[in-house]
Amino acid sequence: MSVSPPKNKIWWNEPVPKSELMWVIIAFVWGLIMFFMMVYWHAYGEQNLSNEAYRITAEDFSAKTQTMVDKYTVREESGYPVVHPPVGEDVYLIARLWQWWPILELEKGKSYRLHLSSLDWMHGFSLQPVNINLQIHPDYEMVITITPTTSGEFGIVCNEYCGIGHHQMLGRMYVVDNEGT
Amino acid sequence: MAIKEQYRICQTTGLRVYKSAENLIKANAVVAVVFLLVGGIFGIMVALTRWKAVHLLPADWFYLALTAHGINLLVVWIIFFEIAVLYFASSVLLGCRLATPKIAWAGFALMLIGALITNVAVLQGNSSVMFTSYVPLKADPSFYAGVILFAVGALVGCFVFFGTLVIAKQEKTYEGSVPLVTFGATVAAIIAVFTIASGAIILIPTFLWSIGYVNHLDTLMYRTVWWAFGHSSQQINVAAHISIWYLISAVTLGAKPLSEKVSRGAFLLYILFLQLASAHHLLVDPGISSEWKIFNTSYAIYLAVLGSMIHGLTVPGSMEAAQRKKGYTNGLFEWLRKCPWGNPAFSGMFISLILFGFLGGISGVVMGVEQINLIIHNTIYVPGHFHATVVAGTTLAFMAVTYLLVPLIFQRELILPWFAKIQPYVFGLGVAGISVFMMGAGTLGVPRRHWDISQADAVLPYDFPGAANLMMGLNGMSAVLAGLGGAIFIVVVVGSILFGKKIASSNEPVAAEEEATVVSEYGSEEHPNIPGTLILVAVFFTSFVLYYFVNWKYLAEVWPLR
Repeated sequence: MSVSPPKNKIWWNEPVPKSELMWVIIAFVWGLIMFFMMVYWHAYGEQNLSNEAYRITAEDFSAKTQTMVDKYTVREESGYPVVHPPVGEDVYLIARLWQWWPILELEKGKSYRLHLSSLDWMHGFSLQPVNINLQIHPDYEMVITITPTTSGEFGIVCNEYCGIGHHQMLGRMYVVDNEGT
Repeated sequence: MAIKEQYRICQTTGLRVYKSAENLIKANAVVAVVFLLVGGIFGIMVALTRWKAVHLLPADWFYLALTAHGINLLVVWIIFFEIAVLYFASSVLLGCRLATPKIAWAGFALMLIGALITNVAVLQGNSSVMFTSYVPLKADPSFYAGVILFAVGALVGCFVFFGTLVIAKQEKTYEGSVPLVTFGATVAAIIAVFTIASGAIILIPTFLWSIGYVNHLDTLMYRTVWWAFGHSSQQINVAAHISIWYLISAVTLGAKPLSEKVSRGAFLLYILFLQLASAHHLLVDPGISSEWKIFNTSYAIYLAVLGSMIHGLTVPGSMEAAQRKKGYTNGLFEWLRKCPWGNPAFSGMFISLILFGFLGGISGVVMGVEQINLIIHNTIYVPGHFHATVVAGTTLAFMAVTYLLVPLIFQRELILPWFAKIQPYVFGLGVAGISVFMMGAGTLGVPRRHWDISQADAVLPYDFPGAANLMMGLNGMSAVLAGLGGAIFIVVVVGSILFGKKIASSNEPVAAEEEATVVSEYGSEEHPNIPGTLILVAVFFTSFVLYYFVNWKYLAEVWPLR
């Protein structure tokens, strides 16, 4: 039994039953398929996380974001600046206790280099209802190139626990249809 | 140099039980169950708070309860019980005295003191940092100190286990190789040593940081090393509860491995590859390359998944072989129908096997795909997955084996047999609901560790779809059902230990022969057919492949990202 020593002392010489052997081979091949699926998606898929990241201080990231906000703010909403940067421009989003700042307004079908960093603790960028989720660290600036394909109003939820105000940490993003520029 | 020590012979199994091991198994198992109760109560409070219509706790209490729930169940309950399993798998299964019982008691004391210190820190309300205690969230220094003491105690337990293996070999208490279950327990203990070392590497500096001796900890470094501890500790559970599946099938059905070589080989893959899985938590973090992520998240081309898939065939396969040998050979599934479904040890084990494979295993591999993790990371899908592995898989397997330990180690008959009989079904159904509904809510984007997804008092609120609230409500109801199953378990087990009818003990010297009969019960010359198991495995594999590609489809619908 499984709770007693193998009766046959040289059990490692016993032949493997065919059904087991077959299953081991199937499972191994399936593992290979799953492994190369990830590699394949890097080559042909459209949803891949970039490997671009930099070390940055909170002050520097804050300053870069402020520059963008100063240049491209189009209106205010609930005390947040709404920023509509030109297509192709680098855009910045700050995560801090307990807000996503500022509100970004992007154009549908256009690509933007989105820079993300936290000024204090770790946060979780969760864009809803698209459902893209990223881990945001302090001292690391993550850069992804994002192309919104649906327009409307989107919520940014924090999904990394960051203290007592965690559940109030919400941001917003607008995607507008191309204004013919 | 053999030390003479008192032992008795279990009259049903013929196993030799030494007093020192028996007491330590009892102590560890009892403390484990106490912490299961504590952690379970916190868990129900958490689930009821996330059920919008109930919304039980205020925010600060919610985060406190969630921290206490994670620490007490993922760490304290499981590790205490695992130490009991290690002592059982070495001393009892090998018929050998336990190595250095005094040191084992010291380890036990360290674990208990550590667990109490951490619990006091959490309950004081200034350490609501979650199970993961990500820096720079800072807990009270005693929070980290407690976890470190606990880990040191657990490490002591692992070395007592290794010591017992050495003594058994030297004193020739068994012949040939150790039993498969002991082999699996050894795998768990080896992974535990790696896990605890990683824990020390990250938690000692964090402790020093919390008292001001270290002024900065890098968050990415913290997550990378912490998960070598956090994820690996769940891999100890996998090795331990798979050993228990083999143990229970052997005791309840007389099952023996189809092939020792394959089952042991599968365990060996765990030692070599399971630890890479800490990468599962880092797939959407900045500053780590895709090459690193792909290699590690796949356990080096899915070799540890291969191990689990092998056990998925060999565990039910060994049961089918044993049942067919007894004459249940009609059709594909007579062997399964005629299993002892009224025995909670068996039914608990089988439900654990099914839920772990279908819910926990498949979801775990899918969310561990580098790109698919983008649509799953830190949503409540993640707790949905690990409640299927750690609660339906590990906890239910531990409950099932407890129904065997009560007569064998505590020498008591079970009280309330009818309740014991339904317990695995109630608990299994509840946990399956918890897992499925949390995963469902997760695919709708609901975040984990979040007090209020209706965000009533946020400046920029976001409305989750109504289905998300429905899922969280169903999750709350399932948690109540699972809580009921847990309560029945605790009442039956504690009641049996205190008030159950005593089973007469004996230390008749005929022991040696009795044990020999157990050892030689089955030969391993022939290879039985297992058509029923092959059907089950085919169903599993089909579900796996379909679910895997469905999720790629979901991913392909998300905004392009590079």
